[in-house]
Formats: sequence, C-alpha cells, structure tokens
Amino acid sequence: MDSIRLHYLVPGDDFTRAGAASSDVKRTLKELGVAPSVIRNVSIAMYEGEINMVIHAGGGDIDVEITENEIIMTLADKGPGIENLELAMKEGFSTAPDNIRCLGFGAGMGLPNIKKYTDEFRIDTKVGVGTTLHLKVYIQ
Amino acid sequence: MKISDIQKILEAEVICKADMLEREVKAACGSDMMSDVLAFVKEQAALLTGLVNPQVVRTAEMMDMHCIIFVRGKRPTLDMIEMAEDRDMVMLCTELEMFTACGKLYSEGLRGGSGK
Repeated sequence: MDSIRLHYLVPGDDFTRAGAASSDVKRTLKELGVAPSVIRNVSIAMYEGEINMVIHAGGGDIDVEITENEIIMTLADKGPGIENLELAMKEGFSTAPDNIRCLGFGAGMGLPNIKKYTDEFRIDTKVGVGTTLHLKVYIQ
Repeated sequence: MKISDIQKILEAEVICKADMLEREVKAACGSDMMSDVLAFVKEQAALLTGLVNPQVVRTAEMMDMHCIIFVRGKRPTLDMIEMAEDRDMVMLCTELEMFTACGKLYSEGLRGGSGK
C-alpha cells in the first residue's frame, strides 16, 4: 500500500473543537481496517498531544503518515516550550491552569501517557521556540 | 452488563441512541478528570461523569467507550448529543451522585476496568 499523508491545523483558541484531528485519524484508520488495538494506541497518544497543543501552545500542526508497517505522527507547536522536560515526563506533574482542570484535563498524565501508548517517542523542545513530538506506533 | 440494565439500576433517562441499549459493557469508570480516564482505563467501559463539555465525548471516543452516564443531574449540551449520536454512543442521565451510582453498579456485578 502507498503511504497516506494527512495534515491538520489545530486551532489554539477553541478548546471545544480540540480532538477533531484525532477523531479524523481514528476514522481513517478504521476505514483502512487497521487492528483496533493499534487504532486505540494511536488515538489516545494523538488526542493527548492535540489537547496539550491547545492547552499550552496556542495550537499547532499535526502531520500523520500511515504506511504499511507503522503510523508516524509529528505534532509541532510554536508555544512556550517545556522548561523542565524531566519533570514534565513525571506522572502527576502539570503546569495547566485551574480553568483547564475544571474542563477535565491537566492531571499531569499527558506526556507519560503518550509515551506509554507509542512504540517510539521523541520530544524536541526549546523554551521560547516550541515543542515537537515525534511519535510512532507499529502496525503488527 | 447490558446498557439497559445500567439504565434500570440507576433509574436513568435515555438521552440518545435508545436503539443501542442492548449492547454489553464490560466494565465502568467514574471520573470527572478526563486525563485520568485516558491514562487508567483499559477495557471498553461505560463512563460515569459529572463533567459536561465536548471533550467527554471525545475521550469516550478515543477509549472505544459506547456509553456515557451523566451523574448528579448533569445534562449534556445539544452539540454533545449530536457528537454522541454520530459516534453510536448511548447517553444516560441519572439524578444519583457519583458515589451512589458507582456503588449501585458495583453491587450489581459491574467492575472497574482500570489499572496501570
């Protein structure tokens, strides 16, 4: 199969619409007949990343490439960057403001959860420049 | 447990997808924190929550859940109902508080599908 490439612009000012890109990818993977367990891993990882973009970075760009063997996700934002990555990877640590917690997010599970549900996880971040997540989920 | 059993046990009102009440749920999860639902729920479960915003439906979607139960009299907004219908998710509303709703379902045999 030829690889499929999808691109999404995630708006940063609309929390209610956050997750639309992840929804679309999930639907596409279902149509392609990808195994449900793989779809679930991709969906959770991408959705957490998409929510993070909206909460912390004013939105960003998501690129998804679906090949025969893997699903590659690149989530890039021009937000504030992560000051202490080691801390951000700790379960329970969050810099999300109270209004975000009232919406059901900001428990400090996002990045650790993304790592848990992906086979490859790399994060490039620079304070004042932005953050890019490089994620891969293998198709068994 | 069938969704129709849940509806009876919680004396819940069916908000949408009444044609899917005979579907089975394997487990349940009660939380107002969607971050934790995404992190801890393993099995396809029913979600009990007092949180009302579209991300509740999105979270359920990503977790392959097909039943959302709003507790303590909370009601979903119209756009949430549309999203749920589009995704074949049943929505129920109960006046019971979270603790009581979870306790009743647990005592009838439904279990949590969570864990690290």
